[in-house]
Amino acid sequence: MAQPNPTPAQVAARANRADARRTPGEEVSGAESIVRSLESVGAEVVFGIPGGAILPAYDPLMDSDRLRHVLVRHEQGGGHAAQGYAHATGKVGVTMATSGPGATNLVTPLADAHMDSVPMVAITGQVAESLIGTDGFQEADIVGITMPITKHSYLVTDPDEIPRTVAEAFHIASTGRPGPVLVDIAKSAMQARTTFSWPQELALPGYHPVTKPHAKQVREAAKLLATARRPVLYVGGGVIRSGAWQALRRLVDVSGAAVVTTLTARGAVPDSHPQHLGMPGMHGTVPAVAALQKADLVVALGARFDDRVTGKLSSFAPHAAVVQADIDPAEIGKNRAVDVPIVGDLNEVISDLVPALEAEHERSGKPDIEAWWHQLDTWRETYPLGFTATDDGHLAPQHVISRLGELARPDSLYVAGVGQHQMWAAQFIRYEHPRTWLNSAGLGTMGFAVPAAMGAKVGQPDRDVWAIDGDGCFQMTNQELATCALNEIPIKVALINNSSLGMVRQWQTLFYDQRYSNTDLHTGHGTKRIPDFVKLADAYGCEGIRVEHERDVDAAIKRANEIDDRPVVVDFTVSRDAMVWPMVAAGVSNDDIQYARGISPAWDRED
Amino acid sequence: MSRHTLSVLVENKPGVLTRVSALFARRGFNIHSLAVGPTEHEEISRITVVVDVEEHPLEQVTKQLNKLVNVIKIVELDAETSVQRELLLVKVRADATTRTGVLEVVELFRAHVVDVVPETVVVEATGTAAKLSALLAALEPFGIREIVKSGTLAVGRGPRSITDRALERVRSA
Repeated sequence: MAQPNPTPAQVAARANRADARRTPGEEVSGAESIVRSLESVGAEVVFGIPGGAILPAYDPLMDSDRLRHVLVRHEQGGGHAAQGYAHATGKVGVTMATSGPGATNLVTPLADAHMDSVPMVAITGQVAESLIGTDGFQEADIVGITMPITKHSYLVTDPDEIPRTVAEAFHIASTGRPGPVLVDIAKSAMQARTTFSWPQELALPGYHPVTKPHAKQVREAAKLLATARRPVLYVGGGVIRSGAWQALRRLVDVSGAAVVTTLTARGAVPDSHPQHLGMPGMHGTVPAVAALQKADLVVALGARFDDRVTGKLSSFAPHAAVVQADIDPAEIGKNRAVDVPIVGDLNEVISDLVPALEAEHERSGKPDIEAWWHQLDTWRETYPLGFTATDDGHLAPQHVISRLGELARPDSLYVAGVGQHQMWAAQFIRYEHPRTWLNSAGLGTMGFAVPAAMGAKVGQPDRDVWAIDGDGCFQMTNQELATCALNEIPIKVALINNSSLGMVRQWQTLFYDQRYSNTDLHTGHGTKRIPDFVKLADAYGCEGIRVEHERDVDAAIKRANEIDDRPVVVDFTVSRDAMVWPMVAAGVSNDDIQYARGISPAWDRED
Repeated sequence: MSRHTLSVLVENKPGVLTRVSALFARRGFNIHSLAVGPTEHEEISRITVVVDVEEHPLEQVTKQLNKLVNVIKIVELDAETSVQRELLLVKVRADATTRTGVLEVVELFRAHVVDVVPETVVVEATGTAAKLSALLAALEPFGIREIVKSGTLAVGRGPRSITDRALERVRSA
């Protein structure tokens, strides 16, 4: 049965099967070899923009009936679109750019994909081999520049190496811990004659991701889980990347443990699941943060103990033994010492862990975690997510986002930028399915939403894709609305327009004595409205809707949901004073979480 | 802080040394010395890197290095079970009046003179870091003009070869 959301391993297997089209050896140009390689490896869509050094590749691309090229307006948009496509489908996203400035514009998406483990291949043109190193026109050492922010990279000057390099790039991007791979190809190699053949033998002697976990470690983990009285499953983005959510559901049910899902894992366990406490971290729910702090066992599944989750590391989960399972051995114990390390693909790890845990239960009975759940439920009742009404008459952003989640179709995808709107979108939309929540978590790239939503919509054309964006973020990448409008990619954009760089402003309110240095953007209610987002939407061939009153919120969302022949931009002008709560201030212990400004939870007294 | 010697077997390809050294810089690891050269197999190069780290980060160093696609194998060599040597070339002042004294030191350390002119000699010596430091200290009073030192090279004692199994991987890949 075809799975709608394939895992990286399945994609890799399928890519190899695409070899059904065997090509024994055919004389072509290097440029044709690039296109043939991309077709053969199973790529379907390329987000890119041509220029001098990549020009030869664009000629055969025009004739390809298997590759769809989406002409973006900026390389950064192409990169984020490839990420969005990859996020939403689990397949490898592909972006293409020219040398020099084209390639350097990909730096941000590559870094973003590297931080969030997004499978992606970037093909860049490089100046001719004879010009490399001479500071030629539009020359940049993009392999050197991107070395720390790619999983791997190649500089190809020999046209005969193109097919194998492309095959390796896709293999590396999609297997193990996924990530971005850059393939920089000299223009001279594209123009030379070569032989194209497929399939290709990979030559990767140093690349052997471990997927099968160590049985003894799994048993150790099961023992801990079977005896813990206050267990928490700390679920990270790895569960999404490995497609392990079905296996995870079994583990959640069998263990009875509390579950938290990080910013990259929202949707890995349905928000409606009774054991799910929400998101941990700086803006996590009080129950999720408190559960980790009071836990006696934390089982980290594809999570990396990021500083935004742990707060002050030395006081994070101080009473907990730690089991950490990850496909990347370097993540294990990187930040927090681990009692039981497990290296492996989470699908395999969890699938082994469930029967091992059941065996432990049979042997020694289920642990008594009733008191733990009593405690957790008390926190849930006392500190639910919420927000206060605004006192300036403007919309509450949390209300807008909540309504959006309630009125959108159940299988809709949500893509956020970075800042307050991102946190509210992570908090106030109920995620019931994996791969429905896309954002830039690790790198925190403002401007991610519009191009990533575009890529997601290309990957999931039958589902609604809502970009939830801020007025600051939106102004960084909104040129891709032109791409969306012209290529029939009808994304929907909910602008949470507070007329300022809201998250920075929130910090200025809390930590800088309300001195609002350079955070006013003049896009909201009562300002010059530069730019006017409704006019801007119109100029880009999109439907523009402005909402200033609570009574109009639902109607606007419904109208946007009905439009499917062009992109929609809804400009919700919201209060600039709304803040994201709960909050753990930077560098502070998670124990000092504030539920709302100046309100800290009273922890249970028996502790 | 403790000092560790890692033998890193890598694919003999352009840019691999950059990847390795850039990784050290990016992760904030401290390189004490670095030596690179070919092995008995042309597909494999060997990087010997001496790092100053605490125990915990050493594990991070090797794990991060292992993530580099071109890195085939990493072995830590400890001083007791391996031979570790550096090469030193040192140009020392040695005129007619002091040359005998310089040559005595050279003899004592089983070093060699590889270049002689009326004003100076060039001394070549191999040995452990400690021996070479002692040699330099002994030559110091004569006046040292120039020092060139290689990074540490290291090989495990006994019959086993760490390149053999790595080669199997390269050839079967």
